Amino acid sequence: MSAEQIIFLIIAAITLIAALSVVISRNLIHSALWLILTLSGIAVFYVLLDAGYFAVIQVVVYIGAIAILFIFAAMLTRRVMQDSGPQSNSNWWLGALIALLLFAGIALIFINWQDFATLQPELTDSSGKLSELGLALVSPDQYVLPFELASVLLVAAMIGAIFVAGEKKQ
Amino acid sequence: MIPLSWYLIFAALLFCIGLFGVLVRKNAIAILMGIELMLNSVNINLIAFWRYRDPDGIAGQAFAIIVFAVAAAEVAVGLALIISIYRRRNTVVADDINMLKW
Repeated sequence: MSAEQIIFLIIAAITLIAALSVVISRNLIHSALWLILTLSGIAVFYVLLDAGYFAVIQVVVYIGAIAILFIFAAMLTRRVMQDSGPQSNSNWWLGALIALLLFAGIALIFINWQDFATLQPELTDSSGKLSELGLALVSPDQYVLPFELASVLLVAAMIGAIFVAGEKKQ
Repeated sequence: MIPLSWYLIFAALLFCIGLFGVLVRKNAIAILMGIELMLNSVNINLIAFWRYRDPDGIAGQAFAIIVFAVAAAEVAVGLALIISIYRRRNTVVADDINMLKW
């Protein structure tokens, strides 16, 4: 076993345990903190996949913005749902069954797939990848349309969020 | 060397945990957290397939960037809706939000 594999297994175990804690933790603030640990673990995977830029975005966007938004929302709505009492539906076993069935289905597809255990190919010139991505996002014959659509979507989401959550003055 | 299968199995497990959270939790904010877990597992899959199947292309990374933007928009609007509902109805329990149900 190489060092890379050992790092992968350790990070995967931490991330999965943290993700499970997000889902079953009674205290919503604890869930949000576990979510931060999960997202950091995923950032490590991006580094292992030679996508360092995505690790940076993961930290800045997910941990820096989204997880903090979750913590704020949990604090703003704290009073109503105290940490006592059941935090999950009465038929939680049905949800568990559906999740397990989905995993079984995915595993079945994996087993029947030939190239499942492909090894990592050599990456040629990993330093040029980032500028290539940046150029591809603004080049008219590549991804400029999805890129602009994403920016419009973000503006619309921002205006919508301000409008929906803003205090209405009568 | 890590085979592609490890990433795929990890992402599948993370997706199923997120799905379990979405289906089971009562608190609407916790449901959104489950959705975040699912989006992250999809992103790992996109980057892993880019790295293992098409390392000279750029499509996988561009797709993952769009997923990041959509996730940010989704969580902003979702939390705004939850806070607005909390102001009006004083609840964040998904079962109690049934104004459109008849």
